[in-house]
Amino acid sequence: MSAAGNPALNTAARPAGGGRRLSLSWIGVVPFFLYVGLFLLLPTAIIVVGSFTAPKGGLSLTNFGGIDKPYIVKAFTLSLSVSAVSAVAGALLGALLAYAVVTGNPTGLLRRSIMSASGVLAQFGGVALAFAFIATISTVGFVYIFLKDHGIDVYAKGVWFYEAPGITLVYLYFQIPLMVLVFLPALDGIRPQWREATQSLGGSTWHYWRHVAGPLLAPAFLGCTLLLFANAFSAYATVAALLTNGGVYLPLQIQALLTGETEQSQPGLAQALALTMILIVVVVMTLYTLLLRRTTRWLR
Amino acid sequence: MASEPTRGHAGVEIRLEGLSRRYGPVVALNDLNLTMAPGELVALLGPSGCGKTTALRLVAGLEEANGGRVVFGGNDVTGLPANKRDVGMVFQAYSLFPHMTAMQNVAFGLQLRHKTSDERRRRAGEMLELVGLSGFADRYASQLSGGQQQRVALARALAIEPTILLLDEPLSALDAKVRSRLRDEIRRVQLDVGITTLFVTHDQEEALAIADRVGVMQSGHLEQLGPPTEVYSRPATPFVAEFVGLTNRMPGVVKDGVVDVRGTKLPVVQADAPDGPAIALVRPEAVSLTADGESEGSALVGTVIAVSFLGATSRVTVDLGGITVLAQMPTSQASEHPAGTKVRLVLRPDPVLIQREEAAPVTS
Amino acid sequence: MNRAQRLKLRIFRTVVLLGMGAFFLLPIGAMLEFSTRGNSVNAPRTLEAWSQIAQTPGLVKGIVISLQLAVITSIGMLLLLVPTMVWVRLRLPQVSRIVEFICLMPLTVPAIALVVGLRPIYIWVNINVTPSVLALGLAYLILVLPYSYRAIDAGLAAIDLRTLSEAGRSLGAGWGIVMWRIVIPNMPGAILNASLLSVALVLGEYTVANLLNFQNLQVEVAYVGLTNAGTSIAVAVGALLLAFVLLMVLTLVGGRLQQQSYVPGQRA
Repeated sequence: MSAAGNPALNTAARPAGGGRRLSLSWIGVVPFFLYVGLFLLLPTAIIVVGSFTAPKGGLSLTNFGGIDKPYIVKAFTLSLSVSAVSAVAGALLGALLAYAVVTGNPTGLLRRSIMSASGVLAQFGGVALAFAFIATISTVGFVYIFLKDHGIDVYAKGVWFYEAPGITLVYLYFQIPLMVLVFLPALDGIRPQWREATQSLGGSTWHYWRHVAGPLLAPAFLGCTLLLFANAFSAYATVAALLTNGGVYLPLQIQALLTGETEQSQPGLAQALALTMILIVVVVMTLYTLLLRRTTRWLR
Repeated sequence: MASEPTRGHAGVEIRLEGLSRRYGPVVALNDLNLTMAPGELVALLGPSGCGKTTALRLVAGLEEANGGRVVFGGNDVTGLPANKRDVGMVFQAYSLFPHMTAMQNVAFGLQLRHKTSDERRRRAGEMLELVGLSGFADRYASQLSGGQQQRVALARALAIEPTILLLDEPLSALDAKVRSRLRDEIRRVQLDVGITTLFVTHDQEEALAIADRVGVMQSGHLEQLGPPTEVYSRPATPFVAEFVGLTNRMPGVVKDGVVDVRGTKLPVVQADAPDGPAIALVRPEAVSLTADGESEGSALVGTVIAVSFLGATSRVTVDLGGITVLAQMPTSQASEHPAGTKVRLVLRPDPVLIQREEAAPVTS
Repeated sequence: MNRAQRLKLRIFRTVVLLGMGAFFLLPIGAMLEFSTRGNSVNAPRTLEAWSQIAQTPGLVKGIVISLQLAVITSIGMLLLLVPTMVWVRLRLPQVSRIVEFICLMPLTVPAIALVVGLRPIYIWVNINVTPSVLALGLAYLILVLPYSYRAIDAGLAAIDLRTLSEAGRSLGAGWGIVMWRIVIPNMPGAILNASLLSVALVLGEYTVANLLNFQNLQVEVAYVGLTNAGTSIAVAVGALLLAFVLLMVLTLVGGRLQQQSYVPGQRA
C-alpha cells in the first residue's frame, strides 16, 4: 500500500507553490465529505450522543440500564443465536458449494452461472425472501403440503417456522451464496502444486488436508464465518416480513421502541440498542479484516 | 566424512519403457523409452506441448500412463501412487507451503515419515546448508526471493532421500541472472548427492549447460537423445537443428549426397536425401566472412546490415539478396565488417542437414 | 489424481450441486405455484393473483417510486463517487485510506441502526426541504457506498490512471475532459457493475423506507401481503425473476465489457 502511495504522494506535493496547490486539491473531495458527513457521520453521532443522553437531558447511562429488561435480553439472545447458527451452517454449506465449483472448469458455464446467481442471491433478502419461504415451507407452503400428503409432517412437534429454526433456514438462502462469493477467492488461491508437492513428499489426501490445505484455509474460513455472522445480525427486513405480528427479535424491538405509540416510544433505548448492535458488528468486522489480511498474505 | 549424512543413497538406474499417455484424442506422449544411468542428469528439452512435462509427471506418479512401465532400480513402480514412489520434485514456482517456514517446509516430508523432531531438525538444517540457505531457516516463502524459494524447494525434495529427483522447469520463473547461477547450483548439489535426475525445460541453453544427456522432444516422442555436444553439433533431425541453437536456412540443390548452396558444395548428413531443391541448415558459426566483397561472380556476396555484440563473440547479419544469413565469430573479427560493408560468405564444409523445400501452394 | 479419487470427487460434486440446486430453486418454484393457486382446495390453476397486480394502485405506485429511486441513487452515486475516487488517486493519495474507511463504514452500521440516527435528519428534511418519497435516495446513496466503492475501486485499479490522465493533460485536456473522455470510457465494466449493485439494492430495500414511513415497492408488497398473499407473492417472484434475468445477462455483458476495455479490438 505504502509503496504504491509514496511516489504518488511525492508527485502531489512536488509542484512549485505546493501549499496553494495542496489546498486547491482538497476542494475536490469537499462534496464527498460534506455528503457522508451529513448522511453517515451525523446519524452515527446522533446515535452515540443519544445513547448517552438521559430522557430529560444530560449525560447518563440510563438508556443502557434498559438493556437488562427480560424481553430485550431475550431479543438479544435470539438474534445472536440465529446469527451464529446461520453463519456456521451457511459457512459450512457455502464452503462445500464453493469447493464443488472450484473443482470444475474454471471458465465453464457452471461456474459463471453459479457466481452470477450467488451475486444476486447474496443480496436477496427482505420481503420477497420471507414470502418465498412462506410459499415453500409454511403451513400453507407447497413443500409442507407435499410432504404432509406423503405422510411426513415437518411440524409434528409444533410449527417452528416462525421461530429461531425457521428464521435460520430462511437466512441460509442468502448466507450460502455470500459464503460462495467471499470464500471462493481463498479456494482459488490454493495452488495445485501444493497437493502435488505433498504427494511427492509421501503424503496422503488426509495429510494434505490436515497439514496443508486445512491450516491454509482456516483463517479465511473463520473470517468468512464472522462476515456471515455480521450479515445475519444486521438483517432486518426478512425477519420483519416473516414475523408480521412483531416478535422478540432485536431489530424488531428497535423498530417498536422507535416508531411505537407514545407510551412505547423510547428513542433513547432504541439508540442504545442501535449503538450496541453497531459495536458488535464493528468488533466482528475488525476480526474479519485481520483474518482476511493473513489469508491474502498466504493465498494470493 | 562430515558431509556423509547429506548424501542420498547412491544413484539408482531409472527406466521408462514404452510410456504413453493420451488426453482424449490427443496423444501427449507416444512410446517413450529412456534409460537413465545411476547418478545421471538427463534433460528433456522441447517446445511447450511436446510431452516433456507429461513424461515427468508420469515418472512422479502424478498422472497415470495409458501404456508402458516406469522402473526404479529394478522395481516396477508403474502402479504406485505418487506418495508411495519416493520421488523428490521441484516445481516451476510457488510450490513452498506459504504457512510454513523454510525449515518446516524442508522437514515436512520427514514429518510424514515419522522421524523424530530432533532428526527432522538436524536433517532439514543440513539440507538448507547444502543449498546455502542456513541463515534463512525461519523465513516464510513470502520473505524469500524467487531463487531462494527454489533452493528451499530443492532442499525439501532432497531431504526425503528420494530415488530420483524431478525438476519441472525450476528456473523458468526466475530472471536471467539468477537463472544461470541457480542452474549451476542445482548441478553442483546434484553431483554432490549423486542422485539420478530428470530435468524438464524449454530453454536449450539451460539443457545443454546442465545435463549429462539431452533428450529433444517433439509431439510426444524423442527426436534425439545424446550428450549436449552431440545434440548441438550433430543434430539428428531438422527439428533438432532448428530447436537447438540458431540455424540459417539456405536454399540449395541436392545432387548425389551433396548440396550446392550458391556455388558452395556441402556434404549432406541424411544418406537417403533425394536429388532436387532443398533447404540446407547451416549453423552461424559455420559461416565466416572475408572482406573481398568486390570480387564479382560469387553468389555468396552480400552486405552487412547489422552487427550485434554478444560479448566475446558477435553476430553479423548479412543480406544476401533475398535471404539474410547470420554469422557468428569472435568480436575482433566482426569489427572488421561494420554495417554497410560488402562481404563474401565462406561456408565451413561440415556435413549439413537438409530439409525438403515446402511444396508450393497448389492453386486450382 | 487417480481414477478412484476422480470418481469420489465426481460423486461429491453431483450431490452438492443437486442438493444446493434443490434448496435454491424450490422456493422460487413454490412462489410460482402459490401465486397461481385457485381460491378453493381443488380449484384449477389461475393467473388471477398476477392480473391483480395492475389493479392494485399501491403496488403500481410502489414500482414506479422504486424505479425512480434506483435511477436517482445510481446517478447520484456515480456523480459523487467517481470524481472523488479519481481525484483522490491522482491528487490526494494521503486521504485514500479515510475515503475507503468511510465508504466501507455502512457495512458495520446495520441499516436498522443507521435509520435510528437518520430519523431526526429526515424529520428536518421533510419539513424544510421536501416531503417527497424520493428523498429516500439520499439515504440509499449511503447504503450502496460499500458495494459501489469496491466495484469502482477494482475498475480504477485495473487501469493505469496516473499515466492515462497525465497523457491526457499533456495533450491539453482539462480535468473534466480527462474524467469524461478518458477515465470513464476505460472502465465501462466497473461503472456498470456499480450501477447494477445500486439498482439491485434499491429495488429490494425495505428497512429504511419502512422505518421512515415511506411507501416504496417493498413496503407496498409487504402491506398487500397482509390481505392478498397471492398477489404480493406474484410481485415478489416477478421482481426476483426479472432481477435474475437482468443481472445474469448484464454480468455476462459486463464481463465482456471489462475484457474489451483491456484488449480493444480482440473481439471483432
